[in-house]
Amino acid sequence: MKLTFLKGVIHGFPIFLGYISVSFGLGITAVSSGLSFVEATVISATNLTSAGQAAGIEIIASMGSLIEMALTQLIINLRYALMGISLSQKLDNSFSVPCRVIAAFGITDEIFAISYSQKSSVTPNYMFGMIFISWIGWTGGTLVGALAGSFLPAVITGALGIMLYAMFVAIVVPVARENKKVLFAVMISIIFSVIFKYFIKLSAGFAIIICAVIASTVAALIFPVSEVEE
Amino acid sequence: MSIALYILTMAVVTYLIRMIPFTVFRRKIKSVFIRSFLYYVPYSVLSAMTFPAIFYSTGEFYSALLGTVTALILAFFKKPLIVVALSSAAVALVVTLII
Repeated sequence: MKLTFLKGVIHGFPIFLGYISVSFGLGITAVSSGLSFVEATVISATNLTSAGQAAGIEIIASMGSLIEMALTQLIINLRYALMGISLSQKLDNSFSVPCRVIAAFGITDEIFAISYSQKSSVTPNYMFGMIFISWIGWTGGTLVGALAGSFLPAVITGALGIMLYAMFVAIVVPVARENKKVLFAVMISIIFSVIFKYFIKLSAGFAIIICAVIASTVAALIFPVSEVEE
Repeated sequence: MSIALYILTMAVVTYLIRMIPFTVFRRKIKSVFIRSFLYYVPYSVLSAMTFPAIFYSTGEFYSALLGTVTALILAFFKKPLIVVALSSAAVALVVTLII
């Protein structure tokens, strides 16, 4: 069965719903970090990556350097490179180089997972449909969150500021509960994050890079992951 | 430094990471170490970003603490993302109003 644009939109609908909620939290966080609602929305429209954007907002708020920004995005988003390579094996013959150049913008954890799980080869239109609906949810959710953050009373926006982090908790904890290897990586990362916060002062972006690189390296050396588990 | 420059840097780096391998590479990464490393990166990144930052996320310690505990418990029982987020914020709001 051919994977059409419409099919991509339909398969992307659950992603759309999930993205609206996460990006709403991101919008709140962006505005409370001093960004305007326009800036917050432009970041989402041009980046389409939750962890990368959250780290980017921290770096902007702390006036970090552009090198720090570039390196942080590189490390946090490095997994998209792997996903892109995996996905490139499953593409339809109609996937020309220009189509790849466009569709690459929309490689996220969720879009990769759903595209990759298709039985038939992935067509450009299918990916465009899924990216389109996901992008609308991501950008629209950020705009609404940022507007809410700008105009709601401080007592409410303060409480809403925890939403983005609570969602990160909701992503990591269910996996760490079942998978002791992931729990191990998570614990190492948190220990170093606490050290960099209270004992060795380090700027936000570099702290995240070092935590992620140490935790992922140690976990990969002690608990290598077989292809089946991914 | 202008915020536009930060946003441009973010967008360009993030796009190139996605575009170059997707367009150029045609074979799989064989190294078990690299595959494993990349498997752990999202969890390490999200954990480092969440702790201890979550305790400062509401601007007031006790509301953030109870909001965090709420999120941890609901996430442990695998409640949906949006349920975890809204409950955590609701608890934080109630605590802020009481204090």
